Amino acid sequence: MFDGLLSITVFMPAAVAVLVALFARGEKADQQIRWIAIGATVVTFVLTVLIFVGYDRAEGGVQMVDYFERWIPVDALRSSYIMGVDGLSAPLVLLTGILGMAASFASWRIKTRVREYFLWLLLLETAVLGVFLSLDLLLFFIFFEFELIPMYMLIAIWGSGRPRYSAMKFVLFTLAGGALMLVGILALYVTPGVNTLAMVTIPELGITGIPELIAAADLVIPAALIFGFFFVAFAIKLPLWPVHSWLPDAHTDAPTAVSVMLAGVLLKMAGYGLLRINLGFFQETKGFTIHDVAGPMAILAAVSVIYGGIITVRQTDMKRLIAYSSVSHMGFVLLGIAAIGASKADTSAGGLNGAALQMFTHGTITGLAFLMVGLSYDRTHTRHIPHLGGLWKKMPLIAIFFLIAGFGSLGLPALSGFVAEIMVFLGTFSVWPWATGVAAFGVVLAAGYTLWMVQRVFFGARPANPGLSDEIYDGLEDASWVDMVPVIALAAPIFIIGVWPSVITEVFDIGIQAVLR
Amino acid sequence: MMTVQDFWSLSPEISMALLALVVVAVDLVTRSMAKVSAIALVGLIAPLVLTLNLWFGWFGDPAAGPALFGTVEADRFSLFFNFLLITVTAGTVLASTRYIASDRMKDYGGEFVALVLFSVTGMMLLVSATELITIYVALELTALPVVALAAIHRTRQAVESGTKFFVLSAISSAILLYGFAYIYGFTGSTNLEVIMERLSVLPTQAGVPFGSYAVLLAVIMIVAGFGFKMAVVPFQMWVPDVYEGAPTPVAAFLSVASKSAAFAVVMRIMYTAFGEPGLMQDWSGLFAVLAAVSMTVGNLLAISQSNIKRLLGYSTIAQAGYILVGLASVPANQVGATFAGAGAQGALYYLAGYAFTNLAVFFAVIAITSRTGDDSIEGMNGLIKRSPLLASLLVFGLLSLLGMPPTVGFMAKVVVFGSALNANLAWLAVIGVVNTVIAAYYYLRVIRAIVFEDPADTSPIKGDVPVLVATCVAAVGAGVLGFAPFMVLEFAESALSILPG
Repeated sequence: MFDGLLSITVFMPAAVAVLVALFARGEKADQQIRWIAIGATVVTFVLTVLIFVGYDRAEGGVQMVDYFERWIPVDALRSSYIMGVDGLSAPLVLLTGILGMAASFASWRIKTRVREYFLWLLLLETAVLGVFLSLDLLLFFIFFEFELIPMYMLIAIWGSGRPRYSAMKFVLFTLAGGALMLVGILALYVTPGVNTLAMVTIPELGITGIPELIAAADLVIPAALIFGFFFVAFAIKLPLWPVHSWLPDAHTDAPTAVSVMLAGVLLKMAGYGLLRINLGFFQETKGFTIHDVAGPMAILAAVSVIYGGIITVRQTDMKRLIAYSSVSHMGFVLLGIAAIGASKADTSAGGLNGAALQMFTHGTITGLAFLMVGLSYDRTHTRHIPHLGGLWKKMPLIAIFFLIAGFGSLGLPALSGFVAEIMVFLGTFSVWPWATGVAAFGVVLAAGYTLWMVQRVFFGARPANPGLSDEIYDGLEDASWVDMVPVIALAAPIFIIGVWPSVITEVFDIGIQAVLR
Repeated sequence: MMTVQDFWSLSPEISMALLALVVVAVDLVTRSMAKVSAIALVGLIAPLVLTLNLWFGWFGDPAAGPALFGTVEADRFSLFFNFLLITVTAGTVLASTRYIASDRMKDYGGEFVALVLFSVTGMMLLVSATELITIYVALELTALPVVALAAIHRTRQAVESGTKFFVLSAISSAILLYGFAYIYGFTGSTNLEVIMERLSVLPTQAGVPFGSYAVLLAVIMIVAGFGFKMAVVPFQMWVPDVYEGAPTPVAAFLSVASKSAAFAVVMRIMYTAFGEPGLMQDWSGLFAVLAAVSMTVGNLLAISQSNIKRLLGYSTIAQAGYILVGLASVPANQVGATFAGAGAQGALYYLAGYAFTNLAVFFAVIAITSRTGDDSIEGMNGLIKRSPLLASLLVFGLLSLLGMPPTVGFMAKVVVFGSALNANLAWLAVIGVVNTVIAAYYYLRVIRAIVFEDPADTSPIKGDVPVLVATCVAAVGAGVLGFAPFMVLEFAESALSILPG
C-alpha cells in the first residue's frame, strides 16, 4: 500500500535541498535560493494542512499509510518502511509545516553561505517530519538522529557567541540519548515474541505493532531498563532537569530561525516519543508498567517546571530567558503525561490531551517569542535586557507581538497557552494533587519573568548608560512585511486555539485514546 | 578437457584476463593514456554483462554447477562478488585516468591498468574457487600485480611499500599453505565440499575446538593467512605503510577490492568446509575475537594519525572489524536449519556499502591531493570553501564510514550489530558501538578541518572530471544503498543461499 502523500511531504524539502545544492554562487543565485527555499516550505506547509485536514476523524486509526515491507529484509533486523499519520502525529506535522515556513521567512536576512544555510534548513524540516510520520522504530530513530547534522551545521556556522561549543554540546547530549535509545530498540526487537519494529498496529496491512506484542513477551532485558533508555533519550531532548543544560547554550547561540525550529518542533519530538513509545509501549509489560513511575515522573515534572522558572527569572539575556522558560513549559508536558496515574483506573485522558496540546501551543508561542527576539536583536544588536528600554515607541509592531507571545506563555485566557495549561492542571490535579499544586506556581513565575522582561525592554525609560546609543535608537525601524509573514503565521494559531481548542484537541484525543487502548 | 559449460562458467574471468591482454597490446601502439583508460572502461562491460548473464540467464540457462573438474563454480555467491569487483575496478580505472597520464606515470600507464585488471582476474577467480589449490593460485595472481602496483613510482617510499607488501604477502601465503596442507593431510581432499563431508565423519575429541587440534591449527593458519588480505588485527602491520607509500588509486583498490575478495573466500571456506553446525560455533568465536580486536586497535591507532592516507588505512582495519562482526554472528538456534545467516547477509551488505563509501572517500582524496600535493589532515583545511563539491562528497563518505544515520554505514552497522545480538554476541555488539564512538573522534576531526578551519591557501581546487565522476558515482551508490538496503540484502540472501551450512 502506498498512498504517497506522506512520503512526498517528508522528502520534498530534502529534494529541494539537493536542487539548492546545485545552484551557482553569487548574489543573484542567493536571492533565487531564498525564494526557492521559501517556496518549498510553503508547499510543505500546504501539504501538512492537507494531511491534517485529510485525516478522517470519524475513522481514526493510522491513515495515509506508505508501506514497503521488505525495506531491511534480514532476520536479524527486519525493518519496514512504514509512514503513517494518526491523531497524535497529525497536529504535530501541521506544527512542523507552520514553523518550517516561518523559519524560512525568518531566514531572509541571512547573508553568509546562503546556499548551504537553506540546504541544511530544508534537510532539518525533512528530518523532523520524518520523526513524526515514521511508524517503524528504526526509521524513527534514523530521522531522530539525522536531525543532528543539520542542527550542528546551522548552529556552528551561522550561530553567534560560542557557536561551535554550543553545537557540539547539543550533538553530544543528543547522541548519548540516541545511543541508549538504539539499545532499547534492539532489545525490543530481539525479544522472542516481539521481533518487529512496527510502532503501531495497522490491521488492514496485517501489521502487529510492539504495543500489542510486548505485553506477552519476556523481554531480554528488564522492561524498566528499556523504558529508562527511551525516557532518558527523550528527557534530554525535551529537556528535563537535570539534563537540560545543552538547551540554553544551543538556543542562545543559534540563529533566530534555528531557535524557532529548535524550540518549536525539535523539542516536540521528545514529547511525541514519550507519548508514542514510553506511554504507548509500557502500559502492561511483564514486571513493569508506566503506572509504576507515574509518581516520580510527576515530581520530576514539577521540579523541572519550578527550577526552570526560577532560573528564568534570573536571566538578563532575552534569548536565554526564553530558552530557560522552555524548560519550565516543557515540564508541563511531562506533568500531563504523568496523568497516566498509578493505575489504569486513575488515568486522566484530559491530562494527556493537555500534554499533547501544550506541545503544539508551546511550539507556536515560543517560536513567536524567539522570532520577536530575533527581530529586536537585528535592530538593536543587543539582547542584554538592562541595556534596553523604551523600544515600544520605535517598534510598536514588534512590541505588540512580543506581548502576545508573552501573554500566551504566561497563560492568559483566550490564548492557546491557557487552554493547554488548564487542561494539564485539571487532568493531573485529580491524579497527583501535590505535584500539580507545586507546578502551578510555574505559571506565577512565568507571569513574573515574561511581564518583567517585556516591561524592561519595551516600556519604561531608556537606560542612560550603558544602553543603546542615540544613533542606534533613533535609527530603529519597525518590522517590515517580510518580517511579519512568519510572525502572523505563528500568532494566528495562538488566537485560533485560544478560542477554538477543539480544532486540535479533537485530533489529539483520537491519538491519545489509541495509545491508551 | 574443457567443455563449453566450463567456458560459460568462467566467462567473466576469461574476459577480464583477455581485457588485460588487450590493454597491454593497445599500450604498445598508442601513447595516449586516455585511450587506454577508455578501452579498459568500455572493455569492462564484457565481464559485467557476462556476470549478469550468469545470474539472470539472459543468454540461455545459467545452470552452472562445478566447472573445470570441480575447482571453480560460477554460483550466485561468486557472481555477487564478481559484480562488486568489476564495479570497483571500473571506479578505480576511471579515477586513475588523469593519474596514469601524469608525467611520472605516462611510461607505465598501460602497465598500471593491465596490472589492476590482472589482479582483479585473480580476485574473481578467488571468489569462484571451490578447491584449495585453485584458491591458492588465484590468491597469488591477486597479490603479485599489487606488489608491482605499490612500487610503480619507483621512489624509495614506493619500493619500500611494494617490498613490504611482497614479503608479508609471501609469509601469509606460506602460513595459508601450511593450513591447507594440514587440512589435506587430515581429510585427503582439497575440495571444500568433500572436506566438509570427511570432517563430519571423522572421529572428534571432546572439548577440543573443531574436534581436533590438527583442524584447529589448520583453521587458525587459514584465518591468519587471509587475515593479511582482509587487513584485520593482528595481521594489519603492512596496511598504513603500504597505503601511504603506494599511489592513492592503488590504496583505494587494495582497501576495497582486495579486502572484499578475501572476505568472500573466507566466507566460502568457512561456510562450506567448516559448515558443520558444531564447527560454525567454533569459528564464530574466533572471528568474534578478531572483530573486537580489529575494531578497537584500528580505531585507537587512527586517532593519532596526521596523514590522511594513513588515517584511512587504519580506518579500513577498523571497518574490516565491523564486517567480521557480521561473519562471527552465527545464530546458535538457526545453525543446521536452512541457511539463515543474517550475520553473513549483513556482512555482504556491509561490504557493498563499505566498497562504495570507501571508494568515494579515496577518490575525493585523490582529486584533492593530486592538486594540492598535501597528504596531511591540515591540507584539508577549509576545503568546503575551495571545492564545495569534493568537500561535500568527502564529508558524506566520512559520515558514512563513521556510521551516521541515514547513511549506508549506519544501516550496515545496525544490521551487523543486530545480528550479533541475535547470535547471543551482545558483548561484541557493545564493543562495536563503543568503537563507533571512538571512531567518531577522528572522522569528525577531518570533517571539522574541512568545514570549519580556515585554509592556508584559498585558491579553488578544480578536480579532474574523471575523478569527480568516479567520486560522484561512488557517493551516489553509497547513498542509494543507504536508503534502499533491500537492494543488496535481497541479492545477498540469494547469493548466500547456495552455501551449505
